[in-house]
Amino acid sequence: MAGVWVIAEHRDGAFRKITFEAASAAKTVADGLGTQVTAVVLGGGLEAACADLGKYGVAKVLYADSPELTVYSTEGYAAAVADLAKSGAPDVIIFGASMQGKDLAGRLAAKLDTSVAVDCTALKVDGGKLIATRPIYAGKIYADVLVTGSPQIATLRPNVFDVVETGGSAAVEKVSPAVGAIRVKQVEALAEEGGKIDLTEATIIVSGGRGMKEADNFKILEALADVLGGTVGASRSAVDAGWRSHHDQVGQTGKVVTPNLYIACGISGAIQHLAGMGSSKVIVAINKDADAPIHTKADYCVVADLFDVVPALTEECKKLG
Amino acid sequence: MNIVVCIKQVPDTESQIKIGADGKSIATDDIKWVMNPYDEFGVEEALRIQKAKGGTVTVVGAGPKRVTEALRTALAMGADKAVLIEDEGLYGADPMAVAKILAAAIKPLTPDLVFLGQRAIDDDAGLVGSALAEYLDMPNLSVVTKLDLGEGSVTAQRPVEGQTLVLESPLPAVVTAQKGLNEPRYASLPGIMKAKKKPLEVKTLADLGVDAAGKASVVALSPPPSRAAGKTISGETPQELAAALAKALRDEAKVI
Repeated sequence: MAGVWVIAEHRDGAFRKITFEAASAAKTVADGLGTQVTAVVLGGGLEAACADLGKYGVAKVLYADSPELTVYSTEGYAAAVADLAKSGAPDVIIFGASMQGKDLAGRLAAKLDTSVAVDCTALKVDGGKLIATRPIYAGKIYADVLVTGSPQIATLRPNVFDVVETGGSAAVEKVSPAVGAIRVKQVEALAEEGGKIDLTEATIIVSGGRGMKEADNFKILEALADVLGGTVGASRSAVDAGWRSHHDQVGQTGKVVTPNLYIACGISGAIQHLAGMGSSKVIVAINKDADAPIHTKADYCVVADLFDVVPALTEECKKLG
Repeated sequence: MNIVVCIKQVPDTESQIKIGADGKSIATDDIKWVMNPYDEFGVEEALRIQKAKGGTVTVVGAGPKRVTEALRTALAMGADKAVLIEDEGLYGADPMAVAKILAAAIKPLTPDLVFLGQRAIDDDAGLVGSALAEYLDMPNLSVVTKLDLGEGSVTAQRPVEGQTLVLESPLPAVVTAQKGLNEPRYASLPGIMKAKKKPLEVKTLADLGVDAAGKASVVALSPPPSRAAGKTISGETPQELAAALAKALRDEAKVI
């Protein structure tokens, strides 16, 4: 069978966006290798959704309609994919560097005696092999990695690869991989308040730093984020000051983010922070200190007091609707 | 309770990272090396569990001789003993090879719990935790912000996109620590003095019967893509600045 495999990620009976990003990227890789994309879908109730994957360049779906795989588990997924890969012998396996994908990667690679290029931002085919580009040191350096084991595994940073619709349809084949013992049980999934979009998946981030002065002041960033459909982030100093939860931290010891728009408010731009948000598509810096390093990274610099500009920007954006 | 904590030594977050002469590894001359920040949460959690349940905390690190300093830091925090797998070539090795090497060193220690940082802040791979669990044939709990120990089991909270998962695992298990799990202690001066006398065993790859051959290699390193110089938004009042910015973001950048 060979080819390029994509491991689908789903929640509540629907594929997550990263699945379409991975499928679209896999299609490009498969074209480069002169082969096709096969998607692996593990878990029940997804039959109708499976055929739809054809739209994103998937030629074939291996569908394990198995209740024990409906909820993701490291052991269940690693065992099932490894079992399918033994007979299917893919050249390349691609999936998201989401929380799930990051957890799966090491265990799956160990089972298949190969390695992984993690959290990639670009893929190319050179001499019949996949070469993956990934930021390391939180983006201070980029590495081109060749996985020499087989299959070559790569996980993709969310919100970097475009979703490309090709309009095809996929043939669905039911499979029953060996799953083995699943020792870790998911007891429950606690929803986060307000259904907030995770920073790693957000397309717009409004972020605050030491210049916010106190926790309560973040409400002006919340207001702007609400109007823009974005998520609020924070620098390490704002988190260390106790103003925001560590879930919100952007930077080398927090989350590395790649939104379309990153608005840095009262953030000086320490090297650790720049590393975490430097690959955002468009960066805005709002900081009254003209010499703040954040201004050297920004596409648009506003040298003014954030407490004046941010509420005014919220009003402007409301007008734009 | 027999607890192992894996320690990686990494460049301090303030470090400027430069590409080395070979174009495939970083220049290490001007770097201040520290314990990976996420590993500190692992050490702290191990020490708290030890205080409640008794037992031994062993820290294990792999790499060049300088890794001794990171292990001594963990001993100064309160860990009982350390194992250094000393090999000059290990820094920058394939994380899958490192996982195999750690597994060979940890297996004879028969731990009930193995902690690691959720990722190292140098290669940012986060592969070693679940790979090590596979090599040790243990379940794994990744990126954990809360851990409760039961009788022969652990319950963990793991934040994922938009949710926090509550997971239950039998022991022994491998747990990777995320910021929020606890507040790591600083090594005290008496702790630092005591650490100098604590046992630190040095092993070689040959002792463990493993090698550093991996399944991935770095072909080339490059600096991050450069960004075009930014524009300064001009305006007399906050309203003018805001209007000019909103216009630029909508009409020029097309992001809102």
